[in-house]
Amino acid sequence: MTTTAPAQRLRSFGESGPIAKSYRRYIGRASLTMFAIIILSAYLLPLLYMVTTAFQQPGQASTAGAPVYPAAPLTGTYQGEAYPIYAVPIDGVTRNLMLVIKGREDSTFVDPADPTATPIPWHGRWRTLQQAFRFAPEIANFTTAWSQLNFPRLLFNTAAIALLSTLGAVVSSALVAYGFARFRFPGRNALFIVLIATIILPFQVTLLPTYVIFTKLGWTGTWLPLIVPHLFANAYNVFLLRQYFMSIPRDLDEAAMIDGAGPFRILRSVILPMSVPAIVAVTLFHFFFAWNDFFVPLLYLAAKPDIQPLSIAIQHYNALYSTQPTLIQAASLMTMAVPVIVFFLAQRAFMRGVVVTGVEK
Amino acid sequence: MSDTTEALIVPISQVGRPRWHSTPSGRERLWGFIFIGPWLIGLVLLTAGPMIASLVLSLTNFDLVHPDAVRFVGIDNYVRMASDPNVLKSLQVTFSFAIIAIPVTMGASLGAALLLNSPKLIGRNVFRTLFYMPIQIPLVASTLVWIGFLNTETGWLNAIIGFFGVKGPDWINSETWIYPALSLIGLWGIGNFMLINLAGLQSVPTELYEAARIDGASAWKMFRRITIPLMSPILLYDLVISLVVTFQYFTQAYTMTNGRGDPNHATLFINLNLFNEAFTFSRMGYGAAIAWLLFVIVMVLTLGIFLFARKRVYYAGSDR
Repeated sequence: MTTTAPAQRLRSFGESGPIAKSYRRYIGRASLTMFAIIILSAYLLPLLYMVTTAFQQPGQASTAGAPVYPAAPLTGTYQGEAYPIYAVPIDGVTRNLMLVIKGREDSTFVDPADPTATPIPWHGRWRTLQQAFRFAPEIANFTTAWSQLNFPRLLFNTAAIALLSTLGAVVSSALVAYGFARFRFPGRNALFIVLIATIILPFQVTLLPTYVIFTKLGWTGTWLPLIVPHLFANAYNVFLLRQYFMSIPRDLDEAAMIDGAGPFRILRSVILPMSVPAIVAVTLFHFFFAWNDFFVPLLYLAAKPDIQPLSIAIQHYNALYSTQPTLIQAASLMTMAVPVIVFFLAQRAFMRGVVVTGVEK
Repeated sequence: MSDTTEALIVPISQVGRPRWHSTPSGRERLWGFIFIGPWLIGLVLLTAGPMIASLVLSLTNFDLVHPDAVRFVGIDNYVRMASDPNVLKSLQVTFSFAIIAIPVTMGASLGAALLLNSPKLIGRNVFRTLFYMPIQIPLVASTLVWIGFLNTETGWLNAIIGFFGVKGPDWINSETWIYPALSLIGLWGIGNFMLINLAGLQSVPTELYEAARIDGASAWKMFRRITIPLMSPILLYDLVISLVVTFQYFTQAYTMTNGRGDPNHATLFINLNLFNEAFTFSRMGYGAAIAWLLFVIVMVLTLGIFLFARKRVYYAGSDR
């Protein structure tokens, strides 16, 4: 009796042995992963739509019988002229044949593989036949959008604005974060709360006077309104950097101080080298923000096509060419290329930064 | 040898606790203000100053085209808003959208985080990166992609719905379906919330789940009694931020209708109406009043949420 008891326990614990158990665990993992793949595919399906449409022939999406993939109608030459190819059912077999003579009830076809053979008469309405297509990605959508938009110019504008404002935002935010993290001064905590509160302050409430001032300064139609305000630090960046700076032991500051380093020197030689992940995260945040910003450039640069960033230009482009989805999707694809590539290269540092600013509030 | 060590120790004990770290001396205070200086200047010049100026502006009829005709009009602008059909419409539009979009965003980001938090999921990092990625696509570009995807003639969504024998709605040109359509577009913006929720889920002590499992709790009960309460500070953060973002909604609506607010003003969000009044019609005074209305709405709602949440949000540390 005592020998059977452990065996029974083992069976009830693992249902029917360790192999079945690991098998069931494998099924569980596989089905959950499958579920995630389905959700993810649905989530990213519009991207597939974009890529597909960007390579389609103009008007393909509204052509009846055309496939979804980028395709052109298949044609063949017969006696020096091009004819469309249709899938023709003859004697239970479907053959791809050139439609040479169109008739209402009877048409004549030629085999594109052997144009010298006798033409094949076919009884039936050719309009009911399926036209044959071949895979043909259209690169012209990209070249057209590229030149119509003056894309290199836009890319330069966007990158220059983004880099300049990122530089200003990161430097100023690092200084301010250092001030909050390492020095005691009257009203520090109250000021820090004010800083955090500016996150939920709708920017509209400061927008109009700022616009009036920038207009009076003659800054409308220049990059200055897009860059100068970022030289004064921003709450998200300061918060993230301050959290990071506070985790650096003060002993290091003090050691540097003994060596005669002043506050600026300590920031440059001790704090910043130890905060590379946070600096990278803040840099990326601001770079993406500046690259994607729409409202402020719309306000100040809408009438200046030469110095506009991409976001304004492609919105305008869409207003002009909204009836040509192939061009619009090609332009969208080109616009998102840089930020998406940068994101994939730096995603680890970037996503860590999101978590720090969000959770530690 | 002993001489040199003695000589070293004395200065360290004196300098090791330097003046501007032991007590907040005048010098430490000065350095503090020097370093936060850029932000303080910005606060005065770009936030506090303009805020006051915009309040003053809202009490005038200032018009950028005729700046000399400016005159103090008291609360006229605010009185006028109460009967301005565009302002009333924009409030209705923004609230209708917020009621659909905020729960959708919060639900989707929590759902995605729960999925990504499951230890059974193979390749979690790949999924996390790909679910996060769309938020990095420039908003104008992603909106253009969705406009194409939702198109009734050439888009894919209605083709897929049609495959199941149902005729899809006219997402973008229908006053009713435009809000679900914009909420769908908003799903590409869940990335940040998803990551923050994920970090929150990972910080829930696993002992709690183990204890509950021993007590025979169901998965739903554990979610309801452990996950939600422990996640409540993060959900509060999600709610406040998505509220602020929703009330500033602009780019997608502007891109979709080229600033017209179609169909039939169904996308005339508060911010779009403000943009039109202030910059298309140059009515700066009236625009400033609309901005203050927006500000007051956001403040009241945020305050309301915090008051509502005070008793319901669980904080692990008492110092919060």
